[in-house]
Amino acid sequence: MKEKIAGIHLSSRTKMIALLVMAAILLILPVTSISRYTLHIIVLCFIYTCLTLSLNLIIGWSGQFSLGHVTFYGMGAYITTLLVMNAGLNFFVATIISVVLVAIFSMILCFPTLNLRGDYLAVVTLGFGEVFRLFITNAVNLTRGPMGIPGIPAPTFFGITISGTEAFYYIIFALMVIFILFMIRLNNSGFGLAMLTVKEDDIAAISLGISPVKYKMWAFVIGGGMAALMGSFYAVYLGTIGPTSFVYNESIKMVSMVVLGGMGSVPGSVIGAFLLTALPEMLRQFSDYRMILYGAAMAIMMIFRPNGIWGIDKRVRNEYKIKAMRGVKNGKSSAS
Amino acid sequence: MLLQQLINGVTIGGIYAMIALGYSMVYGVLQIVNWAHADVMMFGTFIGMLLTTQLGMPLVAMVLLASFFTAALSMGIERVAYRPIKVNRRMAVLVSALGISTLLQNLAQLVFGTGTQQFPTLEQKVYTYGNVSFSNIQIVILAITAIMLIILYFLVYRTKMGVAMRAVSVSVQNAKLMGINTNQTIGLTFGIGAFLAGIAGICVGTYYNAVYPTMGYLLGMKAFASAILGGIGSIPGAVLGGFVIGIIESLGAGYISSGYRDAYAFIIMIIVLVIRPSGFLGAKRIDKV
Repeated sequence: MKEKIAGIHLSSRTKMIALLVMAAILLILPVTSISRYTLHIIVLCFIYTCLTLSLNLIIGWSGQFSLGHVTFYGMGAYITTLLVMNAGLNFFVATIISVVLVAIFSMILCFPTLNLRGDYLAVVTLGFGEVFRLFITNAVNLTRGPMGIPGIPAPTFFGITISGTEAFYYIIFALMVIFILFMIRLNNSGFGLAMLTVKEDDIAAISLGISPVKYKMWAFVIGGGMAALMGSFYAVYLGTIGPTSFVYNESIKMVSMVVLGGMGSVPGSVIGAFLLTALPEMLRQFSDYRMILYGAAMAIMMIFRPNGIWGIDKRVRNEYKIKAMRGVKNGKSSAS
Repeated sequence: MLLQQLINGVTIGGIYAMIALGYSMVYGVLQIVNWAHADVMMFGTFIGMLLTTQLGMPLVAMVLLASFFTAALSMGIERVAYRPIKVNRRMAVLVSALGISTLLQNLAQLVFGTGTQQFPTLEQKVYTYGNVSFSNIQIVILAITAIMLIILYFLVYRTKMGVAMRAVSVSVQNAKLMGINTNQTIGLTFGIGAFLAGIAGICVGTYYNAVYPTMGYLLGMKAFASAILGGIGSIPGAVLGGFVIGIIESLGAGYISSGYRDAYAFIIMIIVLVIRPSGFLGAKRIDKV
């Protein structure tokens, strides 16, 4: 199987070797004399990769345009923190509880919004995000409001305390690898294909015996749970959380990563997340102009590559599936 | 108390309505959400402030000049950032619009500074009758809103351009077949929406006596919620939605809690959408197989 990347044909073996080399480089990075700050940026890249993958499941696979992903992420962070600080639970127990709670919340959120579509769904999820932000800002007794919660204790795992950027680097790297493998597995499974079918055309999906409601709900539940998990790790990694970390701009950033990388694409999510997290840092030398350049870069990318960097046209392996789906869509438009 | 909150609500509601019209009209013709709309409005407000403070322009000339600038800016953005992308790639248009929105916000911070600046247009006079008080600024804002809505009504329902706009919003393809210059019509829709937003921005700046680079965010969100609430794509819907959100927000802030002031708009919008997914006046979409 050959795939064309930037004009060069690569065999799957070369790709495998390239991936292993990249993983090896990432694994030995903390041991080299790399600066703490760079390491921190890479950890952020890992976190955003996981978040982008979880949002891509909702947007790219099940086709629901959610603009409130930060709600799940922030809820995970806050529930875990409050359970650790107020109830004195172990971090890992607290994380499991918060992931389950957020997954249930996403299911509840999902039910009334399932018959909304496109921009309506976007604005409802955005509204939820805004209500959540206002809640954590105003519920001072519970969350200390705009002051945020500092001094979150480092997690302990059977007596071993996990602290320091390097330790979190490896843990979050491992999580990212698990997320990537999970998404690749999902993409190649019947479950993932059923989701793609629902995204392309729900009426066609119903006629094939695929329930759109079920798959749309699962996308929200799994995506929300994954985001909550990352939120929990983000909270202990930084040791402090506040409402400013969970604003609407964060959701927008994640959507940009998904679309820029390529909807419904695992490598695309990784590229999108790394690029949009690292780009503002790389543009730091332009200081005042960097966000202006960043905005312009987003617009220009979309004009020249509307499918994203690694979008659907890159998915050579699934080409026959995509062609089949396009056929269904064209058939529909000529009939109506 | 009730009357007072209603007066405040109607004033701010009129402003939301004028911004919401821009979102709704653009959605009507292209089925995309123009996320840069609120930032274009912010830019226009800054231009208006500079015209007043630096050049000492009279009020009417300033409002017109700033609004025409806003309209030109929006039409330029449509030409550069939206038109080159195929219309059916809605996600790509969305990200492009978000990019432009980031660009405008940061450009404004660079050019105009990050702080809040005053916008001295009218000297405030407060009239009190019993326990109800209102200012001359509120009266001016309400009058401007009413005039703009009447002009817009004539433009959309009584002129050839309005017919073209409504035709494009039914079907771009068919409008083209009827000999309508669709690109020009779409550009004009962006321009009219931004013109209204420019006026709304100056109203807000005057009402709160403050202009700052991130002012577009919350205003834009609430105006967008208004457009959705009324049924996006519908012009009367956007106006109705704007007034409903403005009044509910004022009543909620007055009677329940002012800390959640910004949340009421979204809570009401979520409830309405769950009960009536296409908004108050939105057309119901029927799926044909």
